[in-house]
Amino acid sequence: MTNTETSRSQIINIEALSLVNGAHLLLKKALRELPAGAKLGVRGTAPELAVHLRGWCRAQGHEFLVDETGTVTAWIRRGAANGRWKDAVRAGAPNHAEQGAVQASPSLQWGFAARGATVEAGGPAFHYPLHEKDQVWADNAPKLYAQAVAAQWNPNTAIHWEAAFILEDEVEHAVVQVMTYLIENENAALQVPAKFIAQIHPHFREVLQLLAIQVADEARHIEVFTRRATLRGKPLGLSTVSGQQSLKTLLDEPDFALASFLLSVLGEGTFLHLLWFLEQHAPDPVTRQIARLVVQDEARHVAFGVSHLQYQLSHDPSLRGRLALALNRRHDALAQTAGLNEEVFDALILLAAGSWQPAQIAAGYARVQALQTEMHAGRKVRLTKLGFSPTEADELSALHTRNFM
Amino acid sequence: MKTKPFMLGAVAYDPKVVTIWEGFKAYFIKHGLPFDYVLYSNYEQQVEAHLAGHFHVAWNSPLAWVRAERLAQANGKQATAIAMRDSDQNLTSVIVVRADSALQTIADLSGQKVAVGAIDSPQATLLPLAHLRAHGASDLAVVRHDLLSGKHGDHIGGEREAARALMAGTVAAACMIDGNHLLFTNEGTLPAGATRILAQTAAYDHCNFTIFNDAPPEQVQRFRELLLAMSYDDAEVRPLLDLEGLKVWKPGRTEFYRALESAVDEMRFYDEHGNITVADYQY
Repeated sequence: MTNTETSRSQIINIEALSLVNGAHLLLKKALRELPAGAKLGVRGTAPELAVHLRGWCRAQGHEFLVDETGTVTAWIRRGAANGRWKDAVRAGAPNHAEQGAVQASPSLQWGFAARGATVEAGGPAFHYPLHEKDQVWADNAPKLYAQAVAAQWNPNTAIHWEAAFILEDEVEHAVVQVMTYLIENENAALQVPAKFIAQIHPHFREVLQLLAIQVADEARHIEVFTRRATLRGKPLGLSTVSGQQSLKTLLDEPDFALASFLLSVLGEGTFLHLLWFLEQHAPDPVTRQIARLVVQDEARHVAFGVSHLQYQLSHDPSLRGRLALALNRRHDALAQTAGLNEEVFDALILLAAGSWQPAQIAAGYARVQALQTEMHAGRKVRLTKLGFSPTEADELSALHTRNFM
Repeated sequence: MKTKPFMLGAVAYDPKVVTIWEGFKAYFIKHGLPFDYVLYSNYEQQVEAHLAGHFHVAWNSPLAWVRAERLAQANGKQATAIAMRDSDQNLTSVIVVRADSALQTIADLSGQKVAVGAIDSPQATLLPLAHLRAHGASDLAVVRHDLLSGKHGDHIGGEREAARALMAGTVAAACMIDGNHLLFTNEGTLPAGATRILAQTAAYDHCNFTIFNDAPPEQVQRFRELLLAMSYDDAEVRPLLDLEGLKVWKPGRTEFYRALESAVDEMRFYDEHGNITVADYQY
């Protein structure tokens, strides 16, 4: 390809290239460099070039001019339309750390566009109820996402499923009951963030990514709990009305901040203690190993919940009152229910006891008592991080569901 | 009392036509011109309804323009083309043969099968056939592809069928718009390098907005002003222009319809008064 500059116009030689094998790239490039109204001469040897140029110019808004002199194949007079990139805007910047990269209130017309892309004006306005930075952002979301990616584990290889152990039938039964309960809770923990993902403006990329990986974490947890429950061929345990009632209130909560508070900060926060308990006291190595892997994931979920609520509270302190109200509301809604599945509670005692020996049962009971105390203390710490006074934190923690999650 | 809207007639050759005119309706109303539209299933009904005063401005195919002008004259009226798309100007049609065909000149096509579009397609039937006959092809065996007759070839399907017939070997040549030869080659209907352009018609124009001289002059003027003011730089109207396939509206011109007028006479499609005289025309 050669370009020849003349006083009034420019000539491009596209040799044997035609409009059916890429000549339009060269034409567009040459036309971009010319002002509207200027002429571009096209010289080429493709047999249908003149015919195709005529059609192409018409579709592109340029004028096709026949060459009377035989100097070139044809002339193109560049059209006046500036085209679709006038009034286009840059949608923030890809690197969240850059000033102005993550906008406080990104345009709904940016929609699915990559953060940092140049977005054509006039696009459709997307419906994203969560489109303000305050509603979803946490400064540590990018870091937590990176950690989550690095910490993904493969259930097939990360867990030694063939590890040898022998449990009494009833103790195995207790483990299966706890697994059954955990699966039920993880179903809720999967669907609650999943429900909000499509409501969040994709401009907050790191938050979307983090929640997506959180959903994937829960999918893996459901898998490993199911595999442990069925490892010895026993049927799964019981699912109660009260357990489902408690979890359903999480799925029914329409507000992202309140749902995060109830699920991630209080529910998954409480679950950390349960998983540590299983890691320490479960009667078999497979269950202990599962608990150790799962608790690492859950800790990230809790960390994001706390961080993004801290971020939102720093811009809107009135949220604190709404968080307390949400907890009270949930408590009232569940006041008439039975609370923790009795079988789960008993299964935890037996699981921690490891046998039917009275002394062991007593030890198991004491461990579960200690677990509940730790859960309460943990909730108080996290509530304090959200700016509640120690007294408020103590009172609010006591209102948390007896179902743990 | 509410001002009566300026009424447009258009042919529903594709479902997107509703989207297009709904968009234009919103644009005109927003800029102070009460506007509405009525859709016809074919251009013949549209031209007749226009003459009967059912609406004020027609979005006419070139063939509908020829008929409108003749009907107007026969009825003591005068037709004017007030605007057209940039993309309606300077079209040509090409007559395409297979690359390995022995046919070298138009005269070689005499007695051969030639695939064309619908009976009423200016670009894929009337103009290329007139061009071939004027340049020495006689006794052509015309193979029509009558997709959506009455829509004057607005639907691209007829031309594509003609192109397929060429590649299937059932005809010696096929007729299509220059830009559609490019499109069909790029989409693979015509494999790259498998065809050769045997002939190309002179440049002609396509659609226009047609009025008769009894249309309300102030509304016509406002309609035309608003139309010509539409800018591709404006994000609000750009989607409409994209749908309608133009970058800028141009003032109407009629000198590039002469070849079609001759073709209409040669093939006795309409008579000089705008009556339909062609046989075998279902719409």
